[in-house]
Amino acid sequence: MSGATPVGFRDRAREALADPTLREALLSIRRGWPHARARAIARLPEFDALRDHGRAIKDHVLAHLDLYLERFERAVTASGGSVHWARDAAEARRLVLEICKRAGARTVTKSKSMIAEEIDLNAWLEAHGIVPVETDLGEYIIQLAGQRPSHLVGPAVHMTREEITELFARHHGTPPSERAEELVAEARRVLRQRYLEADVGITGANFLIAESGSVITVTNEGNAELTHGLPRTQIVVASIEKIVPTMEEAFTLLRLLARSATGQEFSTYTTVVTGPRRAEDLDGPEAFHVVLLDNGRSGMIGGTLRSMLRCIRCGACLNHCPVYLAVGGHAYGSVYVGPMGAVLSPVLYGIETARALPEASSFCGRCEEVCPVRIPLPALLRYWREEAWRRQLAPPAARWGMRLWRHLALRPGLYRIASGVVARVLGLLAGRRGALRRLPLAGGWTGSRDLPAPEGATFTSLYRKGVR
Amino acid sequence: MNEAKSTIMERLRQALASEDAGEGRRRAVDARLARHEPVLVPARARVEGEARIALFTEMAEAVQTEVQRLDSFAEIATATARYLRRHNLPQKLVAAPDPLLDAAGWEKQPLLRVRRGNANPEDAVGMTLAFAGIAETGTLMLVSAPERPVMLAFLPETCIVVLPLSRLDGCYEESWARLRQQASQPPRAVNFVTGPSRTADIANTLTLGAHGPRRLFVLLVPDPEAQGPEPEGDA
Ligand code: SF4
Repeated sequence: MSGATPVGFRDRAREALADPTLREALLSIRRGWPHARARAIARLPEFDALRDHGRAIKDHVLAHLDLYLERFERAVTASGGSVHWARDAAEARRLVLEICKRAGARTVTKSKSMIAEEIDLNAWLEAHGIVPVETDLGEYIIQLAGQRPSHLVGPAVHMTREEITELFARHHGTPPSERAEELVAEARRVLRQRYLEADVGITGANFLIAESGSVITVTNEGNAELTHGLPRTQIVVASIEKIVPTMEEAFTLLRLLARSATGQEFSTYTTVVTGPRRAEDLDGPEAFHVVLLDNGRSGMIGGTLRSMLRCIRCGACLNHCPVYLAVGGHAYGSVYVGPMGAVLSPVLYGIETARALPEASSFCGRCEEVCPVRIPLPALLRYWREEAWRRQLAPPAARWGMRLWRHLALRPGLYRIASGVVARVLGLLAGRRGALRRLPLAGGWTGSRDLPAPEGATFTSLYRKGVR
Repeated sequence: MNEAKSTIMERLRQALASEDAGEGRRRAVDARLARHEPVLVPARARVEGEARIALFTEMAEAVQTEVQRLDSFAEIATATARYLRRHNLPQKLVAAPDPLLDAAGWEKQPLLRVRRGNANPEDAVGMTLAFAGIAETGTLMLVSAPERPVMLAFLPETCIVVLPLSRLDGCYEESWARLRQQASQPPRAVNFVTGPSRTADIANTLTLGAHGPRRLFVLLVPDPEAQGPEPEGDA
């Protein structure tokens, strides 16, 4: 796990802009997921109506969250499981470790969980002699590489096949596999053994169902099912806002999730687990634990940020964000990246530490346009900017954009690499109406050099024209 | 530990109390939990009969599921043997101990070795029975029970699922409503499966068989009860 924090955003963003491999990876996101999403939505005329319902369901839950959490706990207990409450990351880590110790765990398998990332669970388990093994292929890759996920849905989207080939050969001690299928088969072989050895399986949750105490996981690989189906103990780590009242509401949100994320009609595996194995069952865990994490969320309920808790982690706002698509996930130095990350990170790290993230926005509005639960992300980013301003924290955002621009403009080689989308982003970062000469420090400099601003048009219009 | 719970609850209540401190919130929650009407079912899912079968097949095939329709339940064994041959797989499988699968016509395929039980890591082919099929997205709904262990659909590289046509629904909500009628509480695991396992985590290349099955074969069959001398039996 990288120890980065949002503080170094500007430097990392600058490095990212000059990294041709990352450019290639980000370009493949831009060419893939947004188009797949658009096609999936075109096939479902009810999509916009579903978004309204999705928003209403989440708003209803958030307005009654205390009551739904109580009902959820009661239902989990009735099904033979137990619920544990954690105010913050440290408390959640301790709870998970205690359960693992009681289970005599030496290795645990994990299926992708952003909450486990948020509480930095792997490092903690390792420090206590327990080996965590990520099973989602993307998570497994970044675990081997010692990195953080760079995307909500594709944690390793920033890595090329060549890099993965090299990584696997080094860690598995096998001759390098070249093709994607060979690499997948190799990981499958290695991880199969891990599943069978694991004492505890840790998963996240896409939704928690209040009526039945059920936990819903969504994957394409089937790794969550092997993670909760094979070990003797299952732990679910989830944040408190994941609750929905009944399965009917969950289905509405599920119809939005896959389409928004990858453009699939439905993810390959949507699994509803309720409690431990029943008396006569031939598989399933004997113990079922849910760790519910607050970590600042209860503080968001009463104010402007409440709507952020509607987020279903689909990643659409990342896939459509000119800033994310220019700098990638790691530049953010946070567990959560892109527009949703720029809103959430100040809650988790403090606005003092994370102030650069809400500043790095072009306010093009694409994120809000695509968000399946209609979160007003630009307004929430603006809220943080004002908050930082109020606390006298924020240097003008435009200054950063300008510095970056100058950095590139003075290095023609770098500039050529970073042209295209990057130049446009710089234009946007430099201020919406765009000309560099309007910026504080740019006066004398642009006066003598007469550099044009990278682009005047909005990202949306360029995006629609398909400009590279 | 309950200190953590009471702190979180207190924070939430304080933040939310201003909205409605009285019994109104509690009543709203009770009402919502008691209501099980679908929120919004897409028009696409409201199909019946042959159109429903066609939609299921089309959606399933679009995500690399192989679908075959049989004239009788007793043809399952023969269709399975052919499928295994076509894919160069050994004539060997582990099948769910569900008694319904007893009528699969195993006796017609003496060379097909069938074990009934849960899958081991060594098993290459697993067969189970679906609780429902969902036409809307070509999805299978598998419901765990002692006679239908979950791992049959996840450990083997090839998964074969028997779906009686009477269990084919239009949307997820219909299938879940049927489950609710049968049990007051969901079983340990309900798996909605839409195609074989896949990943795009390596350089955005779609690859099948990441952890779960590489192949998914669905047999659409009439109910076993409907077979024999009285085709209109009370299934
Ligand atoms: S903010 Fe909206 S678009 Fe972004 S991940 Fe969350 S739900 Fe998806």
